[in-house]
Parts: sequence; C-alpha cells; structure tokens
Amino acid sequence: MSIPIQHRMTSYEIRKIILEESKRANVGHIGSALSIADIICALFGNILHVPGLNDPERDRFILSKGHAALAVYAALYLKGWISRETLQSYCTDGSLLGVHPEHTLDGIDFSTGSLGHGLSMGAGAALAARLQGSSRRIFVVVSDAECNAGSLWEAVMFAAHHRLSNLIAVVDLNGQQALGHTSQVLDLAPLAEKWRAFGWDIHEVDGHDVKAVTDTVSALDTSMEKPHVVLALTTFGKGVSFMENRIKWHYWTMSDKEYEQAMDEISHIK
Amino acid sequence: MRKAFIKTLTELADANPNIVLLTGDLGYTVIEPFMDKFPDRFINSGVAEQNMIGVAVGMAEAGFVPFVYSIASFATLRPYEFIRNGPILHALPVRIVGTGGGFEYGPNGLTHFGLEDVGVMRVQPEMTVIVPADHEQARTALQATWDLPGPVYYRIGKDDEVTVPGLEGHFELGCVQSITEGDDLLVITAGSIAAEVAAAVSDLDSEGLHCQVSVVATLNPPPVRDLMGILSKFPLVVTVENHYVAGGLGTLVSEIVAEQGIKSQIRRCGIKKMPVGRSGSQQHLNHEHGLSRGSLVETFRELLK
Repeated sequence: MSIPIQHRMTSYEIRKIILEESKRANVGHIGSALSIADIICALFGNILHVPGLNDPERDRFILSKGHAALAVYAALYLKGWISRETLQSYCTDGSLLGVHPEHTLDGIDFSTGSLGHGLSMGAGAALAARLQGSSRRIFVVVSDAECNAGSLWEAVMFAAHHRLSNLIAVVDLNGQQALGHTSQVLDLAPLAEKWRAFGWDIHEVDGHDVKAVTDTVSALDTSMEKPHVVLALTTFGKGVSFMENRIKWHYWTMSDKEYEQAMDEISHIK
Repeated sequence: MRKAFIKTLTELADANPNIVLLTGDLGYTVIEPFMDKFPDRFINSGVAEQNMIGVAVGMAEAGFVPFVYSIASFATLRPYEFIRNGPILHALPVRIVGTGGGFEYGPNGLTHFGLEDVGVMRVQPEMTVIVPADHEQARTALQATWDLPGPVYYRIGKDDEVTVPGLEGHFELGCVQSITEGDDLLVITAGSIAAEVAAAVSDLDSEGLHCQVSVVATLNPPPVRDLMGILSKFPLVVTVENHYVAGGLGTLVSEIVAEQGIKSQIRRCGIKKMPVGRSGSQQHLNHEHGLSRGSLVETFRELLK
C-alpha cells in the first residue's frame, strides 16, 4: 500500500489526472470534470481550511455536481489525502472511488450524485456551524443544470432567510447539460438576477482563472449576513479542443488517439 | 400521540442540547412547547420538505440530532429521495416524524392520508421504523430510540386521549407486545388502529370468542424472533393496519411466515383501494375500508366460523 504524499496543486495536474484515470477506467463525465478543474484547484489549493480530515472545525466541501468527482479525487490525491494506489483504483471493482463521490472516502464530507441535493446539505452544515459558534465555512460547487431543480431554489431561499453568510456556492456556469445547452433545455437566464432576487451576495468570475477565483472567494465578507454565490463562467471540456462545448463529452470516453491529443493539448495551457 | 411526542421531545431536549426540531410549516397547537422553550433550536423551514431533510443531514453531520416534523405523507413521500440519499446513505441520526396514519386526517382527503409511508420507509434496510399504538407508547418509544445512531422514522397518530388497553406504554425496540390472550385467532396490529382492534376483540370476547392481540411497534428492523414465537401457535392470523395492505405490517408478517416456513394462513386487513372521490370522517372512512370496530368484529367473526 503506497503512502499518500502531498503534491503541488495545479490545474494542469488535475486535468492530467482526469484524463489519465478516465482513460484507464474507460469512464465518461470527462468534460464536466475538466470544466471545474480550475475551481477545484483554487478551492483545494488556496481556500479550504482543513487542519485534519476528521477535525470538526474543518471547512466542509460538497460537490453537488457529483458526476465531476474525478476532479475532486485528483485534488484529494494532490493534497496527500489519498494514495496514488487509491486514486488509480478509480471505478475498479471494490474501489472507494466511484463515478460519484461517497462520504466513506477520506476527504469527502457528503455523498452526492443526484442533482439539486448538495446545497440543502450545505445550508444545514452552515446553520450547524453558526449554532455551534464555529467560523468554519461551507463550500458547495453546483452545476448550472442543477438550477433546473426546484429543490435547489428551496435551499437558496432557506440560506438567504437564515442569513447563512458562511455558505459559499460556486456555480460552474458552462452552459451545458446532459442532452443539450442550458439555454435550449430550460433557460436559466438571467441567472445572476435570480440569485440576487433571492437575497444572495453575487460575484461573477472567470472560472478558469485560478487566481481570480481564489481572490474572489478569499475576499467574501462572511459577516455581511448574506450567503455568497460565485458564478464561475467556464467552458465545458476546458483544455481539450475536441471536447470543448461538445455535448457528447458529457458521457463519451476517449480512444487512444483522442487521449494522446488531449494529453498534449492540456500540456500547452499549464 | 402528537402532543405526547413533542412533550417528551422537549423533555429530552432539555438534557440534550444537540436535539433540534424542524417543521415543514405544520404542527399548530402541537409543537409550541418545544418552540417556546428552545426558540434557537426550532426551525420552521417552510413548505419545502426536500430542503428540510437536506438541512437536517447537514446539521446531523455536525453532531446535531434533528427531528423533522410534518404530516406523514408530506414527511416521507415528497422528500423520499432526499431521505434515501441523505440520512440513510450517510447513516446519520435524522428523525423523520410523520403524523397521521391511514385516515386520521379524515375529510382532508388522499393528499393527507398516510397510506404507504411505512412501506416506503420499511424497504430501506438502514431505516428504523417506529409506529407507536397510543400516546403512552409514543412516549416510551421516543425515550428508547431518540439517540439511535442511524435514521429513524416515527409514524405518530393524532390522538392524545385513547390508550390501548393492556399495552400500558410498553415498548422495546424490535419486540412485540401482546395485550390479550386467546386461542381462537391471532390478530397482529400496529399504530393507532390498535385501539379499534382491541375494542373489536373485546366485543368478541363477550361472545365467547377469544383472540390474541399482538402489537408491533417496530416495523424495521422486523421483530422476527418474537413474531416467529407467536405465529407458530396459530393456524389463522389476521393483520390489521391503517395503511395500504401492500408494503406494511401485513406484508412484513407474510414475509416472516413464508421465509420461516410457518404453517399459518394470513388475512391482511388494511386499505385495499385508493380512497378517492368521497370525503368523510376518519370513522366513516375506517368503516368503508373495513377498519372500524364494527367491521373488524364482522371480519373476525366470519373467519372463526
């Protein structure tokens, strides 16, 4: 059994692991994971305060768009929380690492996979932190398609009503969902105005600029009595030209040739 | 049971600061004792049951023991997937409190009836399902189970007056309480309909027909050992529940009979058709569906011919 070791957290390393492991496992959701690679790099590299994986005062992280878990597994590996061996078991029989994340894995606070679920758990975690007088924060990464779900808006309303300023939602605004573009499936526009109308503190950022995401999230005022949402403008499949903004890469897996091209392309954006 | 449950919960919350109560905007004249005593630990999460369950999961992960309160159909069915992927998947101590079994909401109609709540909760292996028969048992059942490590569903009746004779509030997790002795027929029941069953059996007693009544308050985990011991003595067994006949107590007993090879014949009394289109009181609807004292007497008498 290999021992977990901390590595340098970079978007390139996250993308590389996403491609390597999805190729090894022959599993899809590659475009969704690439979409949040920079957001995950910013949060796990620069933002999340986790003194220990079981420390009750650690910040909590919820990947509400659970199908992009491979990006988070990559971050857990780079943090030194899971071993290379564990990472490379992705989607093999008996692995702790499935397509969607489960709380039984070190570093995963909540199991997700059914869209529209994570923000409610995040709101409860944020309320619990406040009742316990804790300064810990709760981060929830949601997809834009999750904004189709009524349950998400229940949580949005609840968090605003209870002034949960320790709750930070990051929306991966890539404009795509499983069967089409969000504007064609169920138009979300104007999305920022919707969150604002519900009483949230709104920020918009380039979701592929790690420094911009880091600076925006770091500057959030947790004493302002409003929950915060960062609308991160992203490109589905970011970094791999033939995947970018292509619906089929929600599910598709790579041929050997596509894998080689993808690995080459991501090396140019590091 | 509702008032006894909240009163007991308020007493427990006094000694256990991790208990919180969430409601889906229901419980007028019921939840006030808790709300008034612990305003900081009471959350009306509005008419949003999915979010209420999700919030409870987030709180439970941090060490709280959240009780979420609503009418049984709203507490279990609207947020069912949130319950499955929340308290159950995470093995967290969220308590779902559903009020009103069967026709307890009378003229309010099907939307308010608890017809399949026990069934959908019982199929989840990790969900403890508690169905007290009266307000005394609601109190003891809550005292005995509030701090179980995993999730619990409590189906509690509305009535706080009637007691089931012979039960005297006894409760033990995973066990069956027998309240009358008799060799002619075994009647197994659960929940608030137990009072009707006890009354019907009392009527038959005066006719010289003696039935054993066994009350099941733990629907999950199933009280296999106790039921095996009781069932094996009776060739004919009747189950009575204010629930659809599929999925609840009758199904549970049938599963045990079939799997254990017990030579008993089962008759399931419960709701067999969708109660739609004709309004009425609880008593009227119970009678229409064969669950009133009078209709149960007729059913039992017929079976004993």
